[in-house]
Order: sequence, then structure tokens, then C-alpha cells
Amino acid sequence: MLSATLFAIGLVGVIVRRNMITVLMCIELMLNAVNINLIAFSYRLADLQGQVFTIFVITIAAGEAAVGLAIIIQLYRLRSTVNVDEVKTLHG
Amino acid sequence: MDALTSNAPLLVFMIIGTIAVAASFLVVLMRNPVHSALFLLLTFLCVAVLFVIKSAEFVAAVQVLVYAGGIMVLFLFVVMLINYRHLPEERVMSKVWLGGIAVGAAIFLLFVMIVRTGAYHDQVPNPEKKLNTVKETYLAEHPNDPNKLVRRTREKANRNSEAVGMALYRDYLVPFEVISLFLLVAMIGAIVIGKRELSAMEEETAPDYMIERVETEKEVKESMSA
Repeated sequence: MLSATLFAIGLVGVIVRRNMITVLMCIELMLNAVNINLIAFSYRLADLQGQVFTIFVITIAAGEAAVGLAIIIQLYRLRSTVNVDEVKTLHG
Repeated sequence: MDALTSNAPLLVFMIIGTIAVAASFLVVLMRNPVHSALFLLLTFLCVAVLFVIKSAEFVAAVQVLVYAGGIMVLFLFVVMLINYRHLPEERVMSKVWLGGIAVGAAIFLLFVMIVRTGAYHDQVPNPEKKLNTVKETYLAEHPNDPNKLVRRTREKANRNSEAVGMALYRDYLVPFEVISLFLLVAMIGAIVIGKRELSAMEEETAPDYMIERVETEKEVKESMSA
């Protein structure tokens, strides 16, 4: 239940916020919600797979944050904005 | 209320969970990215406490180290680098905020319905009992199992990190190696993405310097190969 709440908040944040950094933070929030779920089921089912996969998820989150933040820095250098709505170049 | 006071982990779960949800709300609502980052840190720490409650101490430690130590520093670093104060004043919320909230509410309702109708929901009044039964069923199903991981885990309930290490390096060795390769790729990718535009800017502003730099790189390569 808590996981669902955190995930929903993170999802709303991803869609709603305009600042790209905050959008990335909300993605981290969603990954954390998934982690809570994995750990809870690992505890409930007495199986370590959940914890192992949580570690993998944390690793992926770290890599994703690094690459995402690098992209944001590049975008800021290029366009001087971190606003999601203003970056529409791919619209053509 | 009686159940709450007699059940300390549940009480802690309620308090920490409430703090986590409130902090995550504030992450979304805060105008200043630095405040958002700090509330995100609070959420991560609360989640780490939840992991400890669920007897996943190693993952909790990793959570604190990687998220609170690494990712938060990265976020704060980027927030400082970008210097949002120089950006033009803007609305915090996107144009599609209504749709976003609607989608979020729909997903939330979906999850709540899944949890309500979930098969596991009525099975878990007592987690300890549940653990024992799962262990017993596992032992009954795999009497000669060479992989004694689950048994070992339950016998040494306090040695969480040892058990996780066993699982990680024995049963999940290939995914582990793949994930380390992934980390390497992510690191190289982040460096390349962060560097490339700099050289392009240099190309625009100072082409002579760019040529000079390429030449120095060649010289360095030659000296390294020699």
C-alpha cells in the first residue's frame, strides 16, 4: 500500500513537474517504491531473490541518475533551460 | 490500537511510512529543487528504515550508501551547477498537470485494488509463522537440494549480508557481472555525454584551441604507446 502510494506520487511528479531535475527525482521515487515492494515480498515469501533484485534496481537507478543528470547538464549548456515543456526540438 | 502498541514493528512502519509519504509529496510540491532533493533524502532514509524492519539490513545499508551518499550528492551537485536562480521565473507545474494527477490517481486505484484482491492479503497475520511454513515446505519439496541458500538464510536469520552475498555471488553471478558491465557503460556514457558538448562549444568559440587540443591528445597517445 505504501509502495503504491509512493509510486503514484512519483508518477504524478514525473508527469506534472516542469523542472527536469525534479522529474529525475520522481523517477528515483518510483524505483524506491518498487524496491519497497520487492523487499516486502522477499520478507513475506522468505526468499532472498527480492533483496538481490533490489540491489540490482539500486544499481540501475544509480546509472540512470548519472546518465540522466549528464544529459540535463548538456541540455542546460546547450539551451540554458531545464524546463521539460521548452525542449521540443524533436517535434520537428 | 491495541495491535499497534503490542506490535512495535507495525507502529514503526506506520510512523516511518507516514513520514515517507509526506516527504515524497513535498518532493513533488517544492518549488526549489534543493528542497526537493533534501525531502527526497528524507524519503530514502525512511525507506531504509522500512528495509531494516523487513529484515533486509544489507539492502538498507546499500540504500543509505548509494542513494543518500551517491545519488543525492549527484543531484545536489547538478542543482548547484545549473544555478536555477538565473533561470527565468516560471510556473512549477507543467501544462498537463490535471492529466498527470488523473493518471497518478488511476494507477494508485489500480494498485489498491490489486492489493485488496491479492491472494497474499489474507495469509499474513503472523510473518514469523509464514516464514517457518515456507521454510518447511521448501525443505519438504527439496530434500536433497544442493543449494542450501534458503535454509541457510533462515537458520542464520541475523546474517543477512552473508546470505545476500551468497545469493549474489553464487546464484546470481551472471546478472551481477552484467550489472557491473552496465555500471561501466553508464559511467563511460555519462562522461562522454558530459564532455562532448564542451568540445563542440570549443569548436564554435575557439577553433585554434580545438586543433591544438587534438594535437596534444595525439602526442599523448604516441607517448603512451612508445
